[in-house]
Amino acid sequence: MTINMGPQHPATHGVLRVVLELDGEVIVKATPHIGHLHRGIEKLAETKTYHQSIPFTDRLDYTNAMGNNLAYVLAVEKLLGLEVPKRAQYLRAMMAELQRIAAHLIWLGTHVLDMGATTPIFYTFREREDILRIFEEVAGGRLTPTYLRIGGLSKDLPEGIEEKVKSFVRTFPDRVKEYETLLTKNVIWMKRTKGVGVISKEDAISWGVTGPTLRGSGVRYDVRKAFPYSSYEEFDFDIPVGSVGDVYDRYLVRLREMEWSNSIVEQALERLPKGPIMANDPRITLPPKDDVTKDIAALIRQFKVVCEGFKPPVGETYASVEASKGELGFYIVSDGSNRPFRFRIRTPSFANLSALPRMIEGSLIADVISTIGSIDIVLGEIDR
Amino acid sequence: MAETILAVEKLKEKFPNSVLEVTAFRGEVTVGVSKGEIFEICKFLHSDPDLQFHLLTDLCGLDFFPQTPRFGIAYLLCSLKNGQRLRLKTRVGEEESIRSVESIWKVANWYEREAYDLFGIRFENHPDLRRILLWDGYDGYPLRKDYPAEGPDFDKPFVPEV
Repeated sequence: MTINMGPQHPATHGVLRVVLELDGEVIVKATPHIGHLHRGIEKLAETKTYHQSIPFTDRLDYTNAMGNNLAYVLAVEKLLGLEVPKRAQYLRAMMAELQRIAAHLIWLGTHVLDMGATTPIFYTFREREDILRIFEEVAGGRLTPTYLRIGGLSKDLPEGIEEKVKSFVRTFPDRVKEYETLLTKNVIWMKRTKGVGVISKEDAISWGVTGPTLRGSGVRYDVRKAFPYSSYEEFDFDIPVGSVGDVYDRYLVRLREMEWSNSIVEQALERLPKGPIMANDPRITLPPKDDVTKDIAALIRQFKVVCEGFKPPVGETYASVEASKGELGFYIVSDGSNRPFRFRIRTPSFANLSALPRMIEGSLIADVISTIGSIDIVLGEIDR
Repeated sequence: MAETILAVEKLKEKFPNSVLEVTAFRGEVTVGVSKGEIFEICKFLHSDPDLQFHLLTDLCGLDFFPQTPRFGIAYLLCSLKNGQRLRLKTRVGEEESIRSVESIWKVANWYEREAYDLFGIRFENHPDLRRILLWDGYDGYPLRKDYPAEGPDFDKPFVPEV
């Protein structure tokens, strides 16, 4: 029998359609169909200046906007050879880690909800709300803050926000323990997740899987450690890995990751350097906002940078970050004009989803739901 | 970057006729290769015990219209053992096809489908070469440089026949 799961199925986390060929209740073949959310961002970005493309990146994986901004601006800064001030680097890392916690909280809540446990989502969204409030104060936006700029940040931290971040960081480890009392030793949870959706180390690498899904299979690969960016080499953290590569291992990896992210936020806040938050290159970066209203030179500079953009040298760069789902990379080819010649987005969910048939063929339909939840896909970044 | 250089040296030694140019920009090494031996080159980089480029991070198409050969393909390889990246670039003409690397890295299956979908680059020996993001029967290849960004029919919206 062939059944069609999605594209309007709540457990597919967006608009994913999977055609399942069944023998009784066992899946013989699974064929994912994607593209329902294709917006042509790669094409669109070729018609925009480099600054104008930043808001697109928020809308790729909309649970991880800060991390997406970071990957994009890193690629452009690498292309330009632009050095970013230390304070901006620390704040970027701090925001990316807060965002990772928020993204993992959505994953935890919805993943467990898919399998019928309605309680955890209320807990996880309570903490996520704290993070979004912090983002709102810092950047002005909650889901799509567009906080980063090429060369730095849009603004410095507002008054009193450090206290709020500190109080979040203090309480969060206890919250993680709360989630764990609901799930980690829960017999139903373990029966639904242990030995389900298994993918071996070798297969995971061959299918280009990255992020917690790869680490759940026991591969210690994390872009933050392998190719450090934004001062991550100065923070002390570990890479949690699983051993079996099943849904349960990926669950544990993400929980431990949230704790480490929390620790990175704490370290960044403690050691936050003083100084500017924006590199000062008049041809590339925006002038401080206060100056624009007072100084004619700054106004002209703002006008030129916004309208014309800047012209990076001819060349191509790839920069990637460890986003909440895996390795998110931007490959930008410049032909020397003020618009990118090629704007390629390497998204983690795309590669991770391509491994889905490998994980679910031979298992039961009910396991499809838990497996899709465990690889934590967001269709916005698969379809781009 | 020693291992990347090692990879370049090994490539030059093993495939002297296929390695066309080597460039380094911002610490990234790009090796331009001819498309004839692309499969053998990838196989070698994947299986050589000193290199072990086991992870294909990315594979994407490029359009150099109106130059010939028109298309380019960029392979971004990553070696987990050495913590190194290497980019391979090759060119494909509009009427030509290129050997698929799906049997080396499974993830290439979807990446190559995407390059086929958005650029119209054809891959030989691909097990399932069909559109991935757009629907079957879509006319044109949107990431080509001669395809308008607003779409050819933006003022005439239509619904595909089901």
